[in-house]
Amino acid sequence: MRNFKTFIQDFGWPRIIIFFFLVALFIMAPFVGVRLDASFSDVLNRFGQNAIMVLAMVPMIQSGCGLNFGLALGLVAGLLGATLSLQLELHGMLGFLGAIVLATPFSIIFGWFYAKLLNKVKGEEMTIAMYVGFSFIMFMCIMWLILPYNNPTMVWGYAGKGLRTTISVENYWLKILNNFLAIKIGQFFVFPTGLLLFVALFAFLMWLFLRSKTGTAMTAVGSNPDFARASGVDVDKMRTISVIISTFLGAVGIIVYEQSFGFIQLYTAPSPMVFPAVAAILIGGASINKASMVNVLVGTILFQGLLTMTPSVINSLLQTDMSEVIRIIVSNGMILYALTRKIKVSK
Amino acid sequence: MSARKKLSTFFSRYAVVIIFVIITLIAIPPSGLSIKYILQEIITRLGRNSFLVLALLLPIYAGMGLNFGMTLGAMAGQVGLIFAVNYGISNWQGLVFALLVGLPISVLLGYVCGLVMNRAKGREMVTGYILAFFINGIYQFFVMYMLGSVIPMGNKSIVLSRGYGIRNTLNLESVRQSLDNIVMLRVGGFSIPLVTFIVIALLCVFVVWFKKTKLGQDMRAVGQDMAVAEAAGIPVEKTRIVAIIISTVLACAGQIIFLQNMGNLATYNAHDQTGFFAVAAILVGGASVTHASIANVFLGVTLLHAMFVVSPLAGQKLFGSAMIGEYFRQFIGYGVIAISLVLYAWRTRKAAAEARLSLRGAQNGPGKGNGKPAVGNGGQA
Repeated sequence: MRNFKTFIQDFGWPRIIIFFFLVALFIMAPFVGVRLDASFSDVLNRFGQNAIMVLAMVPMIQSGCGLNFGLALGLVAGLLGATLSLQLELHGMLGFLGAIVLATPFSIIFGWFYAKLLNKVKGEEMTIAMYVGFSFIMFMCIMWLILPYNNPTMVWGYAGKGLRTTISVENYWLKILNNFLAIKIGQFFVFPTGLLLFVALFAFLMWLFLRSKTGTAMTAVGSNPDFARASGVDVDKMRTISVIISTFLGAVGIIVYEQSFGFIQLYTAPSPMVFPAVAAILIGGASINKASMVNVLVGTILFQGLLTMTPSVINSLLQTDMSEVIRIIVSNGMILYALTRKIKVSK
Repeated sequence: MSARKKLSTFFSRYAVVIIFVIITLIAIPPSGLSIKYILQEIITRLGRNSFLVLALLLPIYAGMGLNFGMTLGAMAGQVGLIFAVNYGISNWQGLVFALLVGLPISVLLGYVCGLVMNRAKGREMVTGYILAFFINGIYQFFVMYMLGSVIPMGNKSIVLSRGYGIRNTLNLESVRQSLDNIVMLRVGGFSIPLVTFIVIALLCVFVVWFKKTKLGQDMRAVGQDMAVAEAAGIPVEKTRIVAIIISTVLACAGQIIFLQNMGNLATYNAHDQTGFFAVAAILVGGASVTHASIANVFLGVTLLHAMFVVSPLAGQKLFGSAMIGEYFRQFIGYGVIAISLVLYAWRTRKAAAEARLSLRGAQNGPGKGNGKPAVGNGGQA
C-alpha cells in the first residue's frame, strides 16, 4: 500500500487526472458517434509527428538547463533545412533526409551560440531562452522575406520573392515516413510504421547516449554541478553538448512533423509549437531537472491524445468547440505545476 | 584602468537605452514623418501606456523581477469593461464602474499569483509568464461560454449570434477616450489629455509615498535579501503577495485607461501583448530586473513608442515592405527583453565572481578581477 502511495505521489495527481480524463473520452467516443479506430489512428499519427520535438527537451533537462523554451532555434534550423531541400528540388526519401542533413549545420551553429549564451546566465535560463527564441523567430521573419529563394512553389506568385507562409511539400516528401511500410487495417485505421520506427530509432539513440560516458557526465552536471566539477567534468562543455543536441532534435522534429502534416509553416508559426512540447514532457512525468524516455512516450501520447479526442468528443457532446480552451488550460497548467513543484521535491 | 572600467560599466548598464536611441534616430529620416507628428504620437502613447508600465515597479522593488503576471490584472480590467458596456454605462462613469468590477477580480487574481510565485521563488518571471497563459484559458472560458449563458447579458448586441459568449471585437464607443477628453489641453498644436496625465502623476506620487511607508521599506528589504528580511521579522511571503496584488490592481486600472484610449476591445487577445509591451518599455528605459525608477518608465515608454511609430514606415522606405518594419519592431521588442535579461544575469554573476576574488586576497591581485577570466571562473572555480 505504501508503495502504491509513493507511486501516486511520484506520478503526480495532474497526470492521473489527465489519464483518466483521456480514458473517459475514449469510452465516450463510440456513444457520440466518433469512430474509435480513426481516433486511435489519429493519436498514433500525432504521437509520431510530435514525439521528436518532445524528445528534444530531454538533454537540456538532464544537464540542468531546465525546460528548453528556446526550442524555436532548433525549429528554425529545421525550417531552413526543409526549405533548402525544396529549393534544391530534392524529392522523396532523398528530399526528407536531405532536409535533415541540410538542417544539421544550422542547428549546430545556432545551438553552439545559444549554449554560449545560456552558460553565461546560469539560473535564469528559462526566461531568457523564451525571449531569445521569440526574437530569433522575428529576426527569421525578416529573413524569410529577403533570402534569395526562387523555387516557384515556395515564393509568393505575384512578387516572385519572399517565401509563402505555408508551403506544401506534396510533390516532394509528403508522408514519406508515414507511408513507409504503413499497415492499413480496415477503412479508417492506418499504422504509420515508418514514422514510429523513426521515432523509436531516435529515442533509442538518446537512451544509448544517456548511458554513454558523455551522457552520464551530462546527467551528473544536471544533478549537482559542484559535485560534477569536483570530479573533473567540464560543466560548460556538457551543457553546450546538451543544448546542441536539443537544438538538432528540434530541427529533426519539425521536419518529421512537416512530412506528416504536409506543409512547411514559416514566419511566426514556430513560436506556438514550443509550449506544447514543453507541456507534453511534463505531463509525461518529467520535472524541470529529470526526464526519461518513458516521460517522452507517456507525455506525448497523453497530450496528443487529449488534443485529438477533446475536439471530436467534447464537440459532439456539447455542440460547441471547447478544445482550444481545454488545450490552453491543460498545457499551461501542467507547466505551472512543474514550475511550482520542484521546491517541494528539493526540500 | 578605473576610468575605463567605469566607462564599461556605464555602457553595460545603459547599453539598451543607447542602442535604442541610435536605432530610433537612424529610422526617423527614412520614415518621412515630421517631428511634430512623432511628438504628438508620443504624448498620446505616454497617456495610454504609462499607467500600465508603472504597475511593474512594486514587484521589482520586492525582488520578484518583472511581473509578467500583470496580464491577470489586464484581463480583470477587460471583464470590467465588458460589464460597463453591457449595462450601457457611458463616459467616465463607465470607466469607474469597470474599475469597480475589475477591482475584486484583480485582488483575487493577484492573491493567487502571489501564492503561486511564493512557491516558485527564483523563477518568478517564467512562472508569471506561464500563469498569465493559464489564467488566459480561464478568461477565454469565462468570456466565451459563461457570459450570456450562466451570467445573463442584457445587451444582445455584444453577444455572439449563437446566444452566449462575447463578440470578438467590442466597440467601446460609450466610453471611448472619456478620460482623455474630460480636459483636452491644446498647447502649440499639441493635444494633451490633462486628466489622464493627472491620474498618472497621482500614481507616481503614490509610488514615491509608498516606498517611504513601513510596508514599502519591508518590500525593499525583502527584495534585497529574503533570508535577512525573514530574520528581521518581516513576513516575507505576505509582503511579496501584497506587492503582486497592488501590481495586479494597477494593471487592471492601467488596462482600462489603455482601452478607453484605443476605443475598442479585442475581447480574446487584447491582453496578449500587455505584459510584453510594458516589460519591454521599462527595460528600454534602463531598468533592470532588480532596479527601476519612475524615470525609467517615462523614458522607456517614450523611446519604445517613438520606435514603434517610425519603424513600419522606415521599413517600407528602406526595404520596400511594411511587413519588414513590423517584424523588425517585434524583433527589437523581444530582443530588448532578451538582452536586458542576459546583461543583468551576466552582471550578477560577474559581481559574484569579483566578490569571491576579492575575498581570496592579494595573491591574485586586482589584475585578474576584471572581464573575461572572472566570468570563466563563475563556471570553473
